[in-house]
Amino acid sequence: MSVDENMVRRIANLARIGVTNGELPALAKELSAIIGFVEQLSELDTDGVKPLTSAVEDRIRGREDVVTDGGYAEDVLANAPEKDDEYFAVPKVVE
Amino acid sequence: MTDLTQLNLADARDGLAKKKFSAVELTQAHIDRVSASSALNAYVLETPEKALAMAAESDAKIAAGETRPLEGLPIGVKDLFCTKGVRTTACSNILGDFTPPYESTVTQNLWNDGAVMLGKLNNDEFAMGSSNETSRFGPVVNPWKAGDTALVPGGSSGGSSAAVAARLGIAATATDTGGSIRQPAAFTGTVGLKPTYGRCSRWGIVAFASSLDQAGPITHTVRDAAMMLSSMASFDKRDTTSVERDVPNYEAALTGDIKGLRVGIPQEYRVDNMPAEIEKLWQQGIEWLKAAGAEIVDVSLPHTRYALPAYYIIAPAEASSNLARYDGVRYGARQQGTDIDDMYAQTRAAGFGDEVKRRVMIGTYALSAGYYDAYYVKALQVRRLIAEDFTKAYEKCDVLLTPTTPSAAFEIGKNVEDPLEMYLNDVFTVTVNLAGLPGISVPAGLDGDGLPLGLQLIGQAFGEETLLRTAGVLEQAAGFDVQPQDWWSA
Repeated sequence: MSVDENMVRRIANLARIGVTNGELPALAKELSAIIGFVEQLSELDTDGVKPLTSAVEDRIRGREDVVTDGGYAEDVLANAPEKDDEYFAVPKVVE
Repeated sequence: MTDLTQLNLADARDGLAKKKFSAVELTQAHIDRVSASSALNAYVLETPEKALAMAAESDAKIAAGETRPLEGLPIGVKDLFCTKGVRTTACSNILGDFTPPYESTVTQNLWNDGAVMLGKLNNDEFAMGSSNETSRFGPVVNPWKAGDTALVPGGSSGGSSAAVAARLGIAATATDTGGSIRQPAAFTGTVGLKPTYGRCSRWGIVAFASSLDQAGPITHTVRDAAMMLSSMASFDKRDTTSVERDVPNYEAALTGDIKGLRVGIPQEYRVDNMPAEIEKLWQQGIEWLKAAGAEIVDVSLPHTRYALPAYYIIAPAEASSNLARYDGVRYGARQQGTDIDDMYAQTRAAGFGDEVKRRVMIGTYALSAGYYDAYYVKALQVRRLIAEDFTKAYEKCDVLLTPTTPSAAFEIGKNVEDPLEMYLNDVFTVTVNLAGLPGISVPAGLDGDGLPLGLQLIGQAFGEETLLRTAGVLEQAAGFDVQPQDWWSA
């Protein structure tokens, strides 16, 4: 199935990647080519095959639900593009 | 004094132990060579002062008789590994001047064992690429040339492979999600080892596709790879997929004896348009191992041709999720927007390169409502079939021998316009990541243009010792001792 410009716009929005109208045709073509390539998989009968999500199939290790680390507000904020006291600052989201 | 940059890791270790030279001398020789080799663009950040301080500490340790396993050995670090207080960008604009306040487990293990950091190495942006052409810092140039043509060093660990081949570091760290250690090693006449998934901690490594990513070394020799892995590998509580298992002394596995070892030859790795030279080298590899006493067994991995399409759903799907964290809020380079959603969209539009955008969008598509079962679940089912192919093959053999790549290094710019053509580079390596197995590329010969070619050995899960032992035998039989002509030193 091919990806049209509307679909590119929809995917870009879901992925929060700004795309200009001028970029749409080329992206539609590239993404369609890749989707066309991966569609070979439909040739294979996979009925009843259990999906494999990880090569390490054992149950993921848990740990005790306790605080083991922390208290580095300064380190955590050190790379912030914008901060205010001990907080990350973002454009206003609530009027 | 001999040129200290000509030494491999094991020989440099022995020279330091015998006090033929100091760690500071060894490190200075590499710093000088790195600073004269900017034409290769292998390093994106040089840390000579840090290197010399670490080397001085190593000299003190040696003098005190407290030598650690990698004491005083200068190496380069792929820019995907977080290094405390040293800029780490994954070669993406979106990370800006990100300077981690912590150290990745793998690099910490190396420093704990005495290794010296020369700097950060170039790679494809977020490790997405097979040619090191998607980096924000520009392409890496392969030290090997065909005539006057500038070639790619492979990718994504192209800075690592070029640096080791050009002797800008005795070894390098790298990561492999679909072939990113083995393919660049094959393109540069170096050894590249991708360990079993879960063998090295992923903590502090910039994530691409978390169920496939694995750290490993690029080195001059198989012994050097064994030395590096012995230090890089560890169990780490901070990585939930790290496997709790003792780390053997991998160097001790290099006995040179593979009598009776069963080597499987997968028929499906004969692909269309593969150069006759690669087919011939593969045959030569079979003969070498046979002569060393191995038994050759034909095996079948019937789902091989579906590995690349499955990979190009699974890896982008995981990448789209992993890269959601780059939103311009907590770190990295922010762009202004009209509101917060626009700020995200503008930040990501400006920060990600074309290939990263393509993959994030493919992954978003494959995971979106209405397409999830048809693409993502289907790919995971195929992943199981591929993993089962290996399980069945290993009932008949102990290791597998294949070519590493379907071609030698290619011209810079050749595949940039055609993502699918670029993806085909990983046709022989990507199956190994999907199944979580260890694989190693060993330089085995030159093609008609004088460019290196690699052979790949694939092991069983946590079978690194057998894998390295076999690789050592292959290395010795191949006797690859050619180096690229130095055209780049300033």
